[in-house]
Amino acid sequence: MVDTTTAEETAPRLRLTREHIVEIVSDSGEGAQKAGQTFGTVCARMGNGVWTVEIIPAEIQPPARSPAGASGIRIRLASHTVTNMGDEADIVVAFNEQVLYSRIVNGAYKEGTQVLLEDKWRDDKVPEIREQYAKAVAEFRKNGLIVHELPIEKACLEIVPNPRRGKNMFVLGMLCRIYSRDVVLAKGEIANTFKRKGEKVIDINHRLFDAGYQFAKEKLVLDYQVPPQPLEEREGKRFIVTNGNTALGLGVMASGMELVSMYPITPATSASHYLADVYHEVGGFIHQAEDEIAAAGFAIGSSFAGKTACTITSGPGLALKSEMLGLAVMAEVPLVVCLVQRGGPSTGLPTKVEQGDLLAALFGEPGDAPKVVIAAATIEECLHFVVMARRLAETFRTPVILLTDANLATGVQPYQRPEPSLDWLAPPIDQSDWDEHIPPYNWDSETGLSPRPIPGMSGGQYILTGLAHTNHSKVAYDSDSNQHGSNMRSRKFAALASTLKPPVVHGDEEGDLLVVGWGSTLGAIEEAVDRARAEGYKISSLHLRFILPMEPGLKAIFKRFRKIMTVEINYSDDPDAPLITEETRRYAQLAMLLRAHTLIDIDCWSVVYGHPLQPGMIKNVLTKRLEDLQGETPCSD
Amino acid sequence: MFGLKPDWSLEVFERYFTMGDYAGGEARWCPGCGDHAVLTAAQKVLRDEQQRPEMSVCVSGIGCSSRMPHYLGTYGFHGLHGRALPVACGIKSRRPELDVWVATGDGDCFSIGTAHWIHALRYNMDMTLMVFDNAIYGLTKAQTSPTSPQGLKTNTHPFGAILDPHNPLTVTLGVTNVSFVAQVADWNPPLLYETLKAAYRHKGTGFVRIIQRCPVYSDNFSKELQQNPDRFVLLEHQQGIPVDKSVSRQFPNRLEHDPSDLGRAFQLAADSSKMPLGLLYHNPDAQCYEDLSSQGVAMTPEQRLAGFNAVLDRITV
Repeated sequence: MVDTTTAEETAPRLRLTREHIVEIVSDSGEGAQKAGQTFGTVCARMGNGVWTVEIIPAEIQPPARSPAGASGIRIRLASHTVTNMGDEADIVVAFNEQVLYSRIVNGAYKEGTQVLLEDKWRDDKVPEIREQYAKAVAEFRKNGLIVHELPIEKACLEIVPNPRRGKNMFVLGMLCRIYSRDVVLAKGEIANTFKRKGEKVIDINHRLFDAGYQFAKEKLVLDYQVPPQPLEEREGKRFIVTNGNTALGLGVMASGMELVSMYPITPATSASHYLADVYHEVGGFIHQAEDEIAAAGFAIGSSFAGKTACTITSGPGLALKSEMLGLAVMAEVPLVVCLVQRGGPSTGLPTKVEQGDLLAALFGEPGDAPKVVIAAATIEECLHFVVMARRLAETFRTPVILLTDANLATGVQPYQRPEPSLDWLAPPIDQSDWDEHIPPYNWDSETGLSPRPIPGMSGGQYILTGLAHTNHSKVAYDSDSNQHGSNMRSRKFAALASTLKPPVVHGDEEGDLLVVGWGSTLGAIEEAVDRARAEGYKISSLHLRFILPMEPGLKAIFKRFRKIMTVEINYSDDPDAPLITEETRRYAQLAMLLRAHTLIDIDCWSVVYGHPLQPGMIKNVLTKRLEDLQGETPCSD
Repeated sequence: MFGLKPDWSLEVFERYFTMGDYAGGEARWCPGCGDHAVLTAAQKVLRDEQQRPEMSVCVSGIGCSSRMPHYLGTYGFHGLHGRALPVACGIKSRRPELDVWVATGDGDCFSIGTAHWIHALRYNMDMTLMVFDNAIYGLTKAQTSPTSPQGLKTNTHPFGAILDPHNPLTVTLGVTNVSFVAQVADWNPPLLYETLKAAYRHKGTGFVRIIQRCPVYSDNFSKELQQNPDRFVLLEHQQGIPVDKSVSRQFPNRLEHDPSDLGRAFQLAADSSKMPLGLLYHNPDAQCYEDLSSQGVAMTPEQRLAGFNAVLDRITV
C-alpha cells in the first residue's frame, strides 16, 4: 500500500508560527529522548522558549511495538517563554505505528497533526505486522492525522549497519531541516553529547544528522519557522538548560550542602545521577544507602553533626522515611527532603506525574509533627528552593520537605543562570565553646526558635532524643514538658509565616472564579486562565509555594471572588459520580487544606491520568464550572 | 597521664579528664543489670584514652541498652529502634574527626536493625559498636529476641521460644569488609575493658557482642553461663585481647587463636558447644567508608562557589 496523498497536497510550505509542538515516539531504547533533548537545546540556544517532556514507559524493556511501551519525548518551542507541555502536537515522528496509539489515547494529537512514520513495517516479513501497520495507517488517516510514510531506517542503512541505533540522529537532522535550525550549533551539541565516546562515534552521528537533513530537504515539504523570543526579553541574561531533577542537584550544590543520602527510586533518582557526576567539584558526596530509612538516618546523622544534609526520594520512599522525619521534627534536626512525586498509592505509577503526596508530606508521621512544606512550581524553582530549604532548615531547626513531581523532574527548559554568592552556601560549622548554662533547646518563648549546639563545641554536650524532653533535652514524660515542647515546635511555623508576603494573584484581583494551584501545574493553569480571560471570562489564578506554613492573606483574597476552586493532579471524587454527595465527596488535597484553613466552600477539579495537565483541558473545565455558576449564589464562609 | 609528660614537665593548658567528665545522668537500669558494667568500662576507656568529651558522640537506638548516651558526658543521639547505625555512619561521614560509639541491643541490632547492621559492617566506619545481648526484649517486658535460647519462656512465647537462636557472630564474620569482631561477657570487667579499648583503638567498626545479664527477664540465660565458665572458650593470642592470669584462670577452656584467621574465627563462632570470648577476627587494613565519604570536607566556601560556577559554565547556553 502506497501513500497516495503526497506531501505537497497536505502540508503548508514555510509557515511562520509563534509556537509548535513536536514529538518523537518509539520503542524504548531507540534514542528518541536523546534526539529530542538535543533538538530542544538547539532551539533554546537559538533563542526560543522551550519545554521538553519525556514520555516514559514504566518498564525498562517493554515489548517492542506495543502501545504501552511508548517511549519518547515532546518538545514545545515558541517565540515566547514556555511553561508547560501544551496541548496537541503539530508534528510527530514515530518509529512504529503501535506506539502512536497510546499517545492518541492521551489526546496528544489533533486533526492535521503531521505524522512522520517509519514505513519499514509495511513490508515486514511477519504478516500480522504488515496487517497491523496497514490498519493503523488507515485509521490514523481516517481520524485526520496526516501520515507521511518514510523509509527512515533504510536511509540510515547507508551509513550504519544497525539503524536501530543511529536513526535518532537522522531524525534530529530531519527536524533541524524542518525548523531551519542552525546546523553548526546542532552538530556542536551532537559532539558534546558523544564526547566521551570518541571522534569516530561523533563522526558517524554527524553523518546520520546530515543524511536526515538532506532527506527532509528532498523528500519533505514541511517547513516551519518559529522565530526566537524578542531580543529584549533575553538580552543580558545567560541561560542554562536543565530538567527539574538536575535543577535539584544544582540547588544542592548552590546551597552548600555537602551530603546527599539517597536510595534509588523513580522518578527521583536522576537528581542523584546528575550530582554523582559533578558533586565532587564542590566537595560534596552522594551516599547510596542500604534503604530509604537508612538514607534518611544517615542524612540526619550528618545534620546533627553540623553538616545539614539532603535526602531525595519519591512517595514510597517518603512512607519509609516517615519515622525518621518524626524524629527530626521531635529533636529539631535541620534536614532537606526533596520529594519528587509520582503516581500512588503503593508502587502506583512510578514514572508518571501526580501531586498525591501533599497530605503525606504534611501529616505522614504519627503525632503532631509540623515541618516546613514547600512546593516548586517551575524547573527554575527546583534549584532556588533547595537553597531556600537549607536556610529554612537551619534557621528554624526543622526538616523541610520540598515537593516537586515527575513533570518537573523530566521537563527540560532554559532558564536564567543563577548568580550564586557566598551567602547561598552553608557557612563552615561553628566549633566555638558553648556556654554550658544555655540549654540545648533554649526556646524563645514567643517564636520557639533556639540555637543549636554542634558536636565538637565544648560545653554543649547534650543527648538528642526522640522522646519527649525538656529544654535541657532531658527525657520528660510530664504534662507540662510535653505541652511546652509541642508548643515550641509548632510556634516556629507561625514565626516563619509572619515573614511571608501574601501571594500574588495572576489576573484581576477580583472576579467570578479564582483557581488555586500548587507545584508543576503553574504554567498550564496560567495559560488556561489567560485563554479564558481573552474570551472575556472573569477568571484569575493563584499559585502557592508555601503549604506549611500557609501563605498569609488567603481568606481576604478568596473573598474577592464568587467561587474558588483548586486544580490539582491528585484524586478527588467527581461531584456528579454515583453516590457522591456533599457529605461523601472526597476533595483534592490542597482543596481539603484550604477548606480547613479558610472555612470557605472551596471546590476542586483534579484527575489522576498520570500525565501533566494540559492548558486546553483546564480551560474547558474552568469555563464549564463558570457556566454552572451562573445563577448560583456566591460562595460564602 | 595527669597532664604530666615523660620529661616531668607539666602541660598546664592541656585539660585532663576524669571519670566525672564522662558521666551524664544517673543510670536508671535495674540493680544487677549488666549494662552498668559496660557503661563503667566505656567511661574508663574514654578516660584512659583522654578522649575530649565534646568530640565524642554516643549513638543508640531503642531498648534498655540504648539509654546509655543519657548516662555519658559526651554528645549523644538516642534515636529510633534499630536505626542507630545509619545515624552513626552519617555523623562520621562528614565529621570523621568525631569519635563515635554505638550502643545497641540484640533486638535493636539483630532484629529490627538487621539491614543496617550488615551494611554498617561493610562500610566499616571508625566507631565502637557495642551490642548488649541479653537474649530478651527488656524495655518492653520480656518478648523473645533473635538470640533467645530455644525454650526460653517469654510473653510472646509463653511455652518457650520455638526457634533456634540466631548466631550473630557467624553473620557478622560473613560480611564483606568486616574488620573487628569480639565477644565478651559483662561480668568479666577486665576483659570487657580491654576489649572495648581494643575496639576503640581499632580504625574501623569495632564490633563487640557483649553477653549481658538481665536479672529480671532472662536471668536463666545469663546465670547458667555465669555459673559455668566451661561454657566459654577464652581466645588468647599476642594480637588478641591482652588478659592477665587473674582473668584467664577463670576459664578452664583456653585457645590460642590468631585473630587474622577468618576461617578459624568462623569455625569458633559456629561451634554451639562453647562460646568464644575475646577477639575472633581483626583486620586493621580494611577500607573505611569515611575516607571516601569525607571527600572535599576541607574545601572553603569560596572553593565550593568556584566549583559551582564551573559546573554552571558547562550547561550555560
